[in-house]
Amino acid sequence: MIQVRFFASLREEMGREGVELDAAVATTIGEVWERVAEGKERPSNLLMARNMDYSDAGTPVSDGDEVAFFPPVTGG
Amino acid sequence: MKIDICEKSFSPWALLQEYEQEVLDPLYAGQYGAATVFSGTMREFNEGDGVTGMLLEHYPGMTDRYLEKISAEAAARWELLDTLIVHRVGLMMPNDPIVLVAAWSAHRGEAFEAARYLIEALKSRAPFWKKEQLEEGERWVAHNTPA
Repeated sequence: MIQVRFFASLREEMGREGVELDAAVATTIGEVWERVAEGKERPSNLLMARNMDYSDAGTPVSDGDEVAFFPPVTGG
Repeated sequence: MKIDICEKSFSPWALLQEYEQEVLDPLYAGQYGAATVFSGTMREFNEGDGVTGMLLEHYPGMTDRYLEKISAEAAARWELLDTLIVHRVGLMMPNDPIVLVAAWSAHRGEAFEAARYLIEALKSRAPFWKKEQLEEGERWVAHNTPA
């Protein structure tokens, strides 16, 4: 399984903190988004992380990974 | 090199005094000629609106990882003796400290440049998000204001 997580405004838009995805149905982060976004277009400024490292839509994913999607960061 | 994500209000000045006495001095007393500090505090206004409170969300685990990564990058780039980053999360009120960044070095140039790097890298890469409470309603901060 792949653990998918959403943060901040995206979590509110998706209506959930995350979801589990069968690792067999996605090979890249971009495909993970398509499987979990329920038709929502990927925002152009969306940030992505695989196992807590910044990644992009082409980054490969595998069983046991944690994938996170979130808006631009605003700390400090 | 220390990072801390803090769920309660903190005093940057008390933390700095404690850190110098307990961590810096036993190792580097007499060696640090420069300490530079950036202290960020919550404003009561943003983009023309009054802000009455703010919720700071983060990505536990990734936040720690990136604050450590940023600290290591600064240590590799400048001649530093030590760095400290403290960042608040949770619900806060205007005038509450949000972030503290400090860099210690033998000379001021390295310390100034490193502290600037730490805060700018934190703002662009550490996964924190601010949600402002306004007099009417609330909103997510879409992007940080330019330096």
